[in-house]
Amino acid sequence: MSLYTVHVIIENKPGISDPEGETILKDLVLKGSYSSVKKIRSAKMLKFKINEKNKALAEKKIQKLCDDLRIYNPMVSKITIEVFED
Amino acid sequence: MKVGVVVFPGSNCDRDMYHVLSDVFKIDTQFFWHEKKLPKNLDAIILPGGFSYGDRLRAGAIAAHSPVISDVKKFASHGMPILGVCNGFQILVEAELLPGALLKNNSLNFMCKWTNLIVENNSTPFTNKLKMHQKIPIPIANGEGRYYADGKTINLLKKNHQIVFRYADDVNGSTLRIAGICNKEGNVVGMMPHPERATEPEINPIDSKPASLIFESLLNAIGVTQ
Repeated sequence: MSLYTVHVIIENKPGISDPEGETILKDLVLKGSYSSVKKIRSAKMLKFKINEKNKALAEKKIQKLCDDLRIYNPMVSKITIEVFED
Repeated sequence: MKVGVVVFPGSNCDRDMYHVLSDVFKIDTQFFWHEKKLPKNLDAIILPGGFSYGDRLRAGAIAAHSPVISDVKKFASHGMPILGVCNGFQILVEAELLPGALLKNNSLNFMCKWTNLIVENNSTPFTNKLKMHQKIPIPIANGEGRYYADGKTINLLKKNHQIVFRYADDVNGSTLRIAGICNKEGNVVGMMPHPERATEPEINPIDSKPASLIFESLLNAIGVTQ
């Protein structure tokens, strides 16, 4: 068994408005001198530490957990899972 | 008749609901801690507003896994009238008893203000004494009250008459200005505004009668004549 760090990034699906990201873009970034920035989407990240046999199993277990416990609401959100060896 | 008010860690409109049910409408009302089983002799269940588990993760997401929810689901499938108000609505959605999602208000602010609802379905246990398109002056108090459902779900909601209340004006960016919905069978209703804060003239500066009809509808639905 090895210890893995798993990042779960939860964000609104494309097409669903994200007023937080829009405000950061419009009222902070574009008011500075960063006019090349075109879009900002806000997200929430959970960092897990999990003991599993390998990286693939760690990812599978966390994906199942996120689906079973509704860590995200699939009507509005999507998740991205990133696994790192500790 | 007996109505159960479920209390989650962080519920804070449970006592307001209890007061209105027991003192204003003289209903035998009992609190149930979310870890308890619900008795079989209940006539209706109400999930009150507040901030269960501090709205960690997102509003209602953790309370939706409370032990009491399996009983709520069981009674819902038997046709018992169930009402979720504000956080109670968010819990019903997260428990998948109602479809959709409640997102942060467009303003990103906690909104506490009077709104007007329009009745869109007057055949649920909580709206049968109201007229179609009747206006209800009622307050909202939430940070995550923007109802969202995808196109397919919205079509189903329309087809099955599941849209129960809409805001008269756009208050927070909700899809179709939806403020409350019901399940396909109509016995499970969720609404973001607070009827328990609008039924008494002392605290409703506009008109307390329409919001009172929500509770009178429940009495009517469970066969109590007034």
